Amino acid sequence: MKEVLEEKLKKEFSESSFEFTEQFGELTIKFDKSLIVPVCKLLKQDEALAFILCEDITAVDWATRTNRFTVVYHIFSMKHSFRLCLKADVDNADNKIDSVSFIWKAANWPEREVFDMYGISFNNHPDLRRMYMPEDFEHHPLRKEFPLMGIPGSVSLPKK
Amino acid sequence: MQKLTKDDVHPKIVQALLGADSHITLEDALENEMILNMGPQHPATHGVLRLLLRLDGETVIACVPELGYLHRGYEKMAENMSYMEFIPHTDRLDYISPPANNVAYALAVEKLAGITAPPRAQYIRMLLAELARMCSHLVSIGALAMDVGALTVFLWGLREREKILDFFDVICGARFTTSYTRIGGVASDVTSGTLKKIIEFLDQFEEKLDEMERLLNGNRIFIERLEGVGIISKDDAIDLGFTGPNLRGSGVEFDLRRATPYLFYNEMDFTIPVYTEGDSLARYFVRADELRESSKIIRQVIDKMPNGEVMLNSPKKVLPRKTEIYTKMEELIHDFMIVNFGINPPAGEVYSAVENPKGELGFYIVSKGEGHPWKMKIRSPSFANLQAVPHLVKGYMISDVVAIVGSIDPIMGEADK
Repeated sequence: MKEVLEEKLKKEFSESSFEFTEQFGELTIKFDKSLIVPVCKLLKQDEALAFILCEDITAVDWATRTNRFTVVYHIFSMKHSFRLCLKADVDNADNKIDSVSFIWKAANWPEREVFDMYGISFNNHPDLRRMYMPEDFEHHPLRKEFPLMGIPGSVSLPKK
Repeated sequence: MQKLTKDDVHPKIVQALLGADSHITLEDALENEMILNMGPQHPATHGVLRLLLRLDGETVIACVPELGYLHRGYEKMAENMSYMEFIPHTDRLDYISPPANNVAYALAVEKLAGITAPPRAQYIRMLLAELARMCSHLVSIGALAMDVGALTVFLWGLREREKILDFFDVICGARFTTSYTRIGGVASDVTSGTLKKIIEFLDQFEEKLDEMERLLNGNRIFIERLEGVGIISKDDAIDLGFTGPNLRGSGVEFDLRRATPYLFYNEMDFTIPVYTEGDSLARYFVRADELRESSKIIRQVIDKMPNGEVMLNSPKKVLPRKTEIYTKMEELIHDFMIVNFGINPPAGEVYSAVENPKGELGFYIVSKGEGHPWKMKIRSPSFANLQAVPHLVKGYMISDVVAIVGSIDPIMGEADK
């Protein structure tokens, strides 16, 4: 599977670099965030690959690193029973990445969750609201600077 | 359900609900259009799910689910506690089938730490996971029947579930919050007497299941409330991230126990029930068939269960036995280090998913080589399944919403995390 993916990606995106790593039997591809939409489109629509199931989207906050966040996608190909992990770094100064919710509808809510928890916004997302926290909440709880006990007074009480 | 005023709903939710017709405000919606609030305190929403419905007469035009009423921040908490300490919290994810979550979490951490539980422990895990699946499906079928007006099946289902919970009590020491798995094995061994009792339970359970099915499958009201309601096509189901029985109700033969075998499922002989209709009734049929398949798997598990240890002997990663802690210095040190500083798996990241009763439960763990995870993400099946609700209820009557949500079988504990 790795060779097929390498060949297809190289053919389609010849001038970009893709970093392949394998750990615990799982294949991970890391690339620039500007490529996320075309790469996902290729992986889903190519008949030989057919990564039609988007299992999960999340982010990792590295706290002190230059590219502070990594957005992580887990996609699955039912045809090959193969799970693939995609990664793209996002910097805190420009914490935006293109949405893949029009490629997989399933990406809609997980992207909202990432927005809610990390404050990374997704371009062209149809409905980018907070997922769990109240709409008037000002913080992003899964960022490392957010204290475990919460911030007193940050969640407003109901009006009535 | 109550009619809403402008103060009750956040403008962004109104925006999502009204979509293209954003010039309509809540007060002067079209004459026969209305926005209705359902939940979070509503018996038919299976917990604290809140649905905002835009209605034309009795027909649903748009639906916006609101989550977060049971959000406890488990992912944040996981970053601040050791791997061992998080096991009890997995009970509270899908609280209808706690042992299945324990198993999923233990497998993820073991994959990260590079250890494998002994065969007997893995067989016990399979046994518990399948019993949990039966538990979950019995509640699901019962609650679905109750949602559409048939109370008896709910009581019969809970009666059978009570017997399974008794087994959990005997095996794990608790009916609900089992916390049974440990990293590297399970907490205690299962006696042969318990296994015999489980076989006896299965013998009578299959008859009881026939009775339950006779009650539902010949019930015209039940069939008519579900047949052709909440149809989702094969492609849409995959696109919207359905997994588990809901996906198999739409004609996709996908089960992680087959697709990416874990434990000893590749040695088990079972079929994956698939129905192609994609409606609420098909989802019920899948669950009913899975009850039989689970019972089949449990018989094989008990038949093939090997003897041996239930905890791995790996001093740096697995808690030593209590008797040894009190008598040996080395074990005491290891116990102290594991309890206080954690098991310190190597730096790296892992995604491990299992087939839970509701669908794919995945744990994505990022380790920096410390005693606690740097990041842990829970991919919960109910969260993904609920995402399809707006798609499913569109165009159906308001009374069908109850049946559709029931047939999806969401558990808010894991959807809200």
